[in-house]
Order: sequence, then C-alpha cells, then structure tokens
Amino acid sequence: MDVYLPIANLSVNGLIIIGLGAITGVLSGIFGVGGGFLTTPLMIFYGIPPTVAAASAASQVTGASVSGVFAHSRRGGVDYQIGSVMVAGGILGTGIGAVLFNLLEKLGQIDTVINILYVLLLGSIGSLMAKESIQSIRAERSGVPVAARKRRHHPMVASLPMRWRFYRSGLYISPLAPLILGMCTGILTMLMGIGGGFILVPAMLYILGMSANVVVGTSLWQILFTTMATTMMHALTTHAIDIVLATMLLLGSVTGAQIGAMFSQKANPVKLRLLLATIVLLVAARMALGLGYRPDEIFTMAPL
Amino acid sequence: MSRRLASLLALFALVTLTGARDPILVPEVSQHEVNLQQGFTGTELLLFGAVLTPEGSRAAQDYDIVVVLKGPTRSIVLREKQQIAGIWINAASTEFRSAPAYYAIASTKPISEIVDDKTAAIYELGLKWLQLSPIGAINPEEQARFSAGLVDLNRSNGLYREEEGGVKVSEQVLYQARIDLPSSVLTGTYTAETFAISKGRVVASASSKVEVRKQGVELAIARFSDDYGFAYGLLAVIVSVGMGWLAGRLFALV
Repeated sequence: MDVYLPIANLSVNGLIIIGLGAITGVLSGIFGVGGGFLTTPLMIFYGIPPTVAAASAASQVTGASVSGVFAHSRRGGVDYQIGSVMVAGGILGTGIGAVLFNLLEKLGQIDTVINILYVLLLGSIGSLMAKESIQSIRAERSGVPVAARKRRHHPMVASLPMRWRFYRSGLYISPLAPLILGMCTGILTMLMGIGGGFILVPAMLYILGMSANVVVGTSLWQILFTTMATTMMHALTTHAIDIVLATMLLLGSVTGAQIGAMFSQKANPVKLRLLLATIVLLVAARMALGLGYRPDEIFTMAPL
Repeated sequence: MSRRLASLLALFALVTLTGARDPILVPEVSQHEVNLQQGFTGTELLLFGAVLTPEGSRAAQDYDIVVVLKGPTRSIVLREKQQIAGIWINAASTEFRSAPAYYAIASTKPISEIVDDKTAAIYELGLKWLQLSPIGAINPEEQARFSAGLVDLNRSNGLYREEEGGVKVSEQVLYQARIDLPSSVLTGTYTAETFAISKGRVVASASSKVEVRKQGVELAIARFSDDYGFAYGLLAVIVSVGMGWLAGRLFALV
C-alpha cells in the first residue's frame, strides 16, 4: 500500500507505518508509556526526515495517552492540581524547545543533539529500570522482599521557596518543582518527539515523592496536554507535521494501545519492566552505534 | 501522436524547402506534467524525438545525442560530518546558491568521448560540470570536496543520475531515453534539454518544460500546513484525541 506523504515529500509503505504505530501502541498499552521514544527513531531509520518524524510522533503520543487518561481519572488516579502545574511547565517547555530547535537547526547540530539526548536518557533510565527489576526478580525468587524505598522528596525540592499543598499526591512542596519537571519534559517532547513518560514517572516518584497511586495517571495527564501543545508548536514553527503520516501512526497505535492494555492485566509486572528496560537499552545502543560508526553518508543537505 | 507526426512532417517539408545547415531536433517528453499525489511512487519519463540532417534525411549516426533533465535550482547548505571525540558530528559546512533539486543526464556514449571538458563545462554536461555557485571564499580543494560530496549524496538518493549509453537511437532518426524520477522529487519547473553533438561541437539543441507539482488533497494539505499553521495544528490535535478516544470506546464494547 503506497502512500504519498505530502509534507515529508516522499512515498512510503502505509502498512509499515501502521505496523510501526501498532508496535509502539502495544508497548504503550502494556507499560503506560507513550512509545514516542521508539516511533521517532524507527521512522528516521525508515527514511523519514528527522524533523517530520519528531513533529508527527507527538500527535501519536497524544492519541495513545487519551484512553489512559480517561481510565485513570475514572478511578481518581489523576492529581489535577499538580498535573496542571506540570502542564503549565510543559507548555513553557515546548516554547523553549521550539527556540532551541530553531537554533540547533541553524547550527546544523539538531540531529547530533537529538541522538546524544536519546543515548543519554534512554541509557540511564534503561539501566536504572533494568537494575530495579532484576533486584525485584531476585527478591521474588529468594523470598526476601526488597526494602521499600521511603517515600520522600529530594532535598533539592525541599529547598525551593513557596510551598503549596497538593492533597491527592500527599505533598507539601514548592510548585516550582513540578513546574520545572514539566518544563524539562516539554523541551524533550519538542526536540525528540517523545512524551517523556519513562522519565516523568521515576522523577515524580523519586524526586517529587508523589504517592504511587496518582503517578501514572498524572504523568499521562501531563503528557496528553504537553504533546498537544507540542503539536501546536510544530504546526506554528516548523510546519513539519505530516497529517497523513500521523493518521496512519495513530491508526496503528490507538488499536495497539488497547490490545496492550488488555495484555498487561495478565502479565507479570516485574517481568514487563525488565522487558521494557531491555527495549529501551536496545534503542539506546543502536543510537550510540550510530554516533560512533562512520555513517554511510557523511554529507547532509538542507535548504537555505 | 498523429499531431506529433504531422509536425514532424511539416518540419521535414520545411527543411527540404529551405535547406538549412544545422541539423533539426524535434524533442518531446512523454509527460509535461508530473502530479505528486496519492499512489505516486516515482515515475519514468520518456525523452524522445527525432534528429535529422539539414537536408532532411535520416542520419543520426553522425550525431551524438545527450539529454539532460534538470530540476529547479535552490540555495542549500551542505554539512560534512567529521569524527570528533569519537562521535560523528557536523563539523564543516558550505553553501551553494544554485544546486539543482534534480539532475539526470543520458547520452549515446560516455560524455568524455563525445565532447572535450571545455564544452562539457559550458553546457553543464555531466555531474562533474554542474555549476553549483558555492558561496564564500573557500579554497578550490575544499570546494571540490564539498561539490563531490553533494553529488554523491544526491546520487545515492536517486536525485542525480548519469546514464552513459542511456540514449538509444533507432533507424538513425529516432532517439529515446528513459529517466526515472523518484518519489522524493521536489516540485517546480523542470527543463528537458536535448543536444545534438557532432565532432565535439554542439550543433543543435532544444528544450522543453516539465511541471512537477502537488495536486488535489496533497496540494491542499501542503498549503494548509504552510499558510494556516494554527488551524492545521488544531486539526492534528483533534484527529489524535478523537482517534484515541474512539479506539477506547470501540474496545470497551468488545
């Protein structure tokens, strides 16, 4: 099925794109992450221009997180108060991201920066996740439970001025902390086309110290609105969203997300985490290889 | 086809009556419009025509035929990756003011056997002779490296092509060349030029135009995205939220 992409200016096999969306959709359904970290690099490997890939992936993450937000809000798993602070930060972040994007593109370093960010982020988060899940698998086998981590926020958070009460998260902290966190993921969303769920969730748990039952729902809430803001930002600045590409990705990913969600209820969560960690590390390794090996084409061209 | 035949015959008559000295080229392109739309996966253009001696008889064996299809030129920046601290990053760059978006040349024989370097440079016959107009004072060696890099990059993308022996001449009068346009071609006005060359000298040339453009929905989408960014973004958001929501509702029924 050949589909001509009017913004990317090339023709692709539609089934491959839908399949790609479906794979990331299944992952997002299983793990509760947006899957953007997988879509963007895979699209770039397939030959879609990096800017178009990053811009179009954000809308796919929006689609994949919608049903998750509904599900979590129904059972009270979203802290709207802290979530809205994070969304405000996220929107701010997309603005900063757009400026950075423009600047890096002018300097010709956008691809390298995106690649390095991928390697660093995916590498560190992936190893953390892998370490944790291996520990819990060992603990399960030996029967000695891992000592539960004491829930508290990072000392740096405590030193920020002005404190608000966030009741559902059980926090009394400065709103600047979630604002900055939201801002950072907003920048990443704009630059990398990822939702940032796999960074947000650990950050909300271990840096903000939010109570675990609202973490996933609130992160999805933040991702939903930040990716929407990113889509708008790309539409206004880079003009690189290919709606035909995005629709095909969405078609695969929203279906995949539902299938993944069904599957995740049956599977062992610890093993799932290890699997996700492996996938994340594989993507990071592939990106690292891409940086270190001599590329096939050492020249790249951009219109002036 | 019959109209082409008629014009050919008319030329024939003209030539026999006036007895002009230069050979007559009657070029034609299979398609004067290429529409980029759904289902477009690239296309093959047929550049063909007739070459006649001044007396109007067939004698193409005396002429070498070169056809060039050239896309619109534009300013580009070309960046070169170098390995710095173990990773490959863009380290050097140069700008070209007139890099063609597409360039394909086909000839009856290798260009070097048809014309000398000077003539090839004048008529831009061959990728080696593209006039790219680099900007800024960089030394010739570096300039040559960048130009070669640009050509290599576009050759591997299928946007620059050189097909020696790609022109077939039949019955010593009709020539034809097939030239592939990949799906990633840019829009604009392309020129198809035909040269008849004899003893290293270009004795006749003729050109015609090919319009490459987006059409229908594809054109509408591209314009919408460029001119109405805000509305386009809203549409993308509505589509993504709507599809996510719909999938949730549908699967809830299952």
